[in-house]
Parts: sequence; C-alpha cells; structure tokens
Amino acid sequence: MVNLNTDIAGLHFENPVIPASGTFGFGEDFAPLWDLNRVGGIAVKGTTLEPRYGNPLPRIAECEGGMLNCVGLQNPGIEKVLSEKLPALRSVYKGVILLNISGFSEQEYLSCCEMASQSPDVDAIELNVSCPNVHGGGMAFGTDAKALGLLVAKLRPVCTKPLFVKLSPNVTDIVAVAKAAEEGGADGLVLINTLLGMRININTRKPILSNTTGGLSGDCIFPIALRMVYQVSNACSVPVIGCGGVSSGEQAVEMMMAGARAVQVGSASLRDPWACPRIAQEIADVCIKLKINSISDIWQKTL
Amino acid sequence: MVNETLTILSNESLARDVRMMRLACALVPEPGQFLQVSVPGGFLRRPFGVADYRDGVLSIIYKIVGKGTEYMSRMQPGQALDVLHYLGNGFRLQPGSKRVCLIGGSVGLAPLLYLARFVKDATVVMGFRSRADVMLREEFEALGCRVTVCTEDGSEGVKGFVTDALPEDMDYYYACGPMPMLRAVCNAAKVEGQLSLEARMGCGFGACVGCSIMTKDGTARVCKEGPVFSSDKLIW
Repeated sequence: MVNLNTDIAGLHFENPVIPASGTFGFGEDFAPLWDLNRVGGIAVKGTTLEPRYGNPLPRIAECEGGMLNCVGLQNPGIEKVLSEKLPALRSVYKGVILLNISGFSEQEYLSCCEMASQSPDVDAIELNVSCPNVHGGGMAFGTDAKALGLLVAKLRPVCTKPLFVKLSPNVTDIVAVAKAAEEGGADGLVLINTLLGMRININTRKPILSNTTGGLSGDCIFPIALRMVYQVSNACSVPVIGCGGVSSGEQAVEMMMAGARAVQVGSASLRDPWACPRIAQEIADVCIKLKINSISDIWQKTL
Repeated sequence: MVNETLTILSNESLARDVRMMRLACALVPEPGQFLQVSVPGGFLRRPFGVADYRDGVLSIIYKIVGKGTEYMSRMQPGQALDVLHYLGNGFRLQPGSKRVCLIGGSVGLAPLLYLARFVKDATVVMGFRSRADVMLREEFEALGCRVTVCTEDGSEGVKGFVTDALPEDMDYYYACGPMPMLRAVCNAAKVEGQLSLEARMGCGFGACVGCSIMTKDGTARVCKEGPVFSSDKLIW
C-alpha cells in the first residue's frame, strides 16, 4: 500500500492530484461521473470580483499535442462563487478547495482575498497572476517580479488562508518571479499556467481565436513545466505544485521527481473526464513498480 | 455520459468530402444530442451530431476538413472508435405543431435526419454549395418528408440559400447548420423554432466553458445547455 498523502503549507491532501483551475468548473460536471473525494484537492474556476462573460467565440483551437484557449476568465463573480458554488462543492467534497482568484487591479485582488478569507469553504487561495487572455489582467503582475512581490506582500496580511501563487511561464526568468512571490509571503507556488500561443486559419488568413492569441496547454507543454518546476524547487524553499501537460501517473511521478509536492491536471480532463482519478491510481501503480512507499520519498530526493 | 469503444460497421461516402459512419451501439440517443469522438493524433475530441439511430446502429455524418476527419475517413469496418456520449440537451418535440419545417445546411442536416423519425409529415429544406454536395434526399423522403433542395450556384434545385425556399405556411421549425445560415433563418422565419448551434468545443460536457454564448437567459454552454436553443432565447 503506497502512502499518497501529502502535506503542503499546512494543508493535508489525501493524494497529490488536483484538477487545475479552468478545466474543472466548480466540480459540478464531474461529480455525476466519479466521487470527487478521489482527488486530494480541487482548484476551482478562476474567480473575479465582478461576474465576467469572457471573450467571444471561438475560444478554443487545437494544435499538435495540445490546445489553445482564450476563454477570458468567464465566471459568476466571487459573491455567487462563495454563496452558491463552493457550498455546493463542499457538500460532496471533503478535500482541499483552492479558490483561484484573478483581478485587474491590486484593489480587486485585495477585495477577493478578504472575502475568500471569510469563507469556511475556502481552504486556500490560489492567486492567478498568469491569465494570458484578459487585457490588463493578472499576467501583468505575473510577468513583473517586482510588481508581483509587492502585490503578494499587500495581500498576505489580509489573507487568513494559505496563499499560493500560480506563476506564468511567459517570462525570461521564472526563478526571479518565483523568488519575488516567495519573498512577498507566498506559502506555496503553482507552476505553470498556459503559454501564450496562436493559430491562423490559412483559408481565411485570420487567427482562429477571437482574441488572436490564447493560452497553450496539453501534452506539448509538459517538458517546459517540468523544467520550470525543477528550477523553482531548487531555488525556493516554499512548496511547489507542478502543473502543465500531465496526463498520466508516470508524468505525475516525473513532475514530483522534479520537486513538486503535488500535481495539477488540466486539459487532460477535457478529453478524458476520468483523467484525475485515473492518474491518482496510476501514481500508486508507478510507485509500486518503482518500490516507492510514500510519495514524500519522491520529492524529498530531488535531482 | 459514458465513455465507450464502439465498433465501426460501415464508413461510406454520402457526397463530396462527406461520409456517414455507422457504429454498433446499445445506448439510445435523444434527437439533437451529439457525441465526442477521440481520433488518434488529435488532442481534443471532435463533436458530431447523432444522424440516426435504429436497432442498435448509431450513425454520424462528418465532413473531411482536417487531419482528424481525414483519419476517420480511412477507418475500416471492424475498427474501434472511442466516444463520449450522449452529450447536450437535444430537440424538444412540439406536439402541437402541424406544419413543421426541418432546415439544414450540409452536414447540419445530420441531427435533423434523426429528428425526422420523431416528426410526422415534415418539410425539409436543405442547403448546399453545389450539386456535388447534395445528400440525404432519399433518406428524408423514406421517412415521409417532403424535400426541397437549394444550391448556392443553382446546379440543383432552387438557386440560393435555404431562406429562399422556406414554406410560407410553416408553423414551427428546427434548424441546424453554420452560424450565418442559422442567423438568416432566425431573421427570415415568422414563427418560432429551435436551432442547433455549432461551436468549437474543448470538452463537450461543460467543464471548459470554451463554447459559452450569451443568451437572453444569461450565459449558456453550447455543449451542455445546448446545442439546441429556442429561437427566442438567442442574441445575434
């Protein structure tokens, strides 16, 4: 029996699999398919202070080994999320709920953090400073180490829950940004969000996505995510959650060997809605094969 | 929603670049529902409307437009296809309507063909680019429908779009096709109807909100609250 438990920033996860924000809604589309308690944590849909419709269609494009999206943070707004969506999720789910928060200004992030801190259904806050699909949105903070450090430092005192910062890979030096978040007071780091990409329809000579560019995710970004998790785990002392292109237990173990304490699973759930519980089972199978008794043995022996 | 591997029974040409694939399947769909097909080499699944279902045989119709459908066109009877089904809300039958019209553009005719099994004495108005694209006429006629064919270049039937051939006396309609066609139908029709929308989808079951549209009732996912919407709920 492999021990899949992992403790991160004072939070207990039954296993290291966490559906990634934006690919899982608030769990309602998956709850009829499998017991949500089969994943250690759930990062819910990116939430903003006000309700948002997001970008016009098309918001989805495909590419070799992955996909692009420019959804643009569609969400019902934090009030409805806290009063309806999270209580509904909590009624069927005992694990760790990470509320992903995004904003267009420091004040919006502050308001959201204050409101989320009051909610018994929020176990941790995942600060989204890396959405590439909204103008003037999170990524402006996530690609500027100094701005990010200041933002996290402002939020840290009002945030009574563990505060994770989800980093953007669209930077030259991921370690500099990670360190800024850590120095600002982040309890943990999640990386990576999507990479900025683009597709053009050669028949119309126009971009496929309504927003011209979109966030690239899927199998093709796995090596990039792995490299960044490795670099940041070695440079920072706060725990790292790996995210990007994970669709199998072997990849999850590989991500933890790079230093991740847990893994988020994103677009894999979109083609296989049972991907998360399958990956949790596969991690146990891979551990048995590799004679690993506890997953803490994986990330503690980093490269 | 279930994930199943279905066996291909046939995979035959219907018109230029359009194929019909028949699959052995025990699960019975509602008219207007769709399935998500996994194609080797593709990352996301591809959505296809249910074109017919009878006696354990499910049919889908697809146009060869890219690598995924190109691959599907080379698949042989006996091969397996990984599908997620059935998805979406489907058409809501209107028992009170007497002169129902089914309006479809090219592969948009697919869900209307299965619907025709449930609607008696329907008139079908089908639109295509050209004669080489015309298909499904006999299939609709076999179900007792009156069929009007329209081609944009006039090489067969009425020259023009489906909106040039809508019956004056229709009291309800069901439509499926490209968005510009649906918009034109919605504007031209003097009565209410239901429209099955097409959209680029991520997941097909609601999770990614990649296909959300704004309706008079707020946001709605084409894959989950749709693909079928009442004409009075859509904002063009």
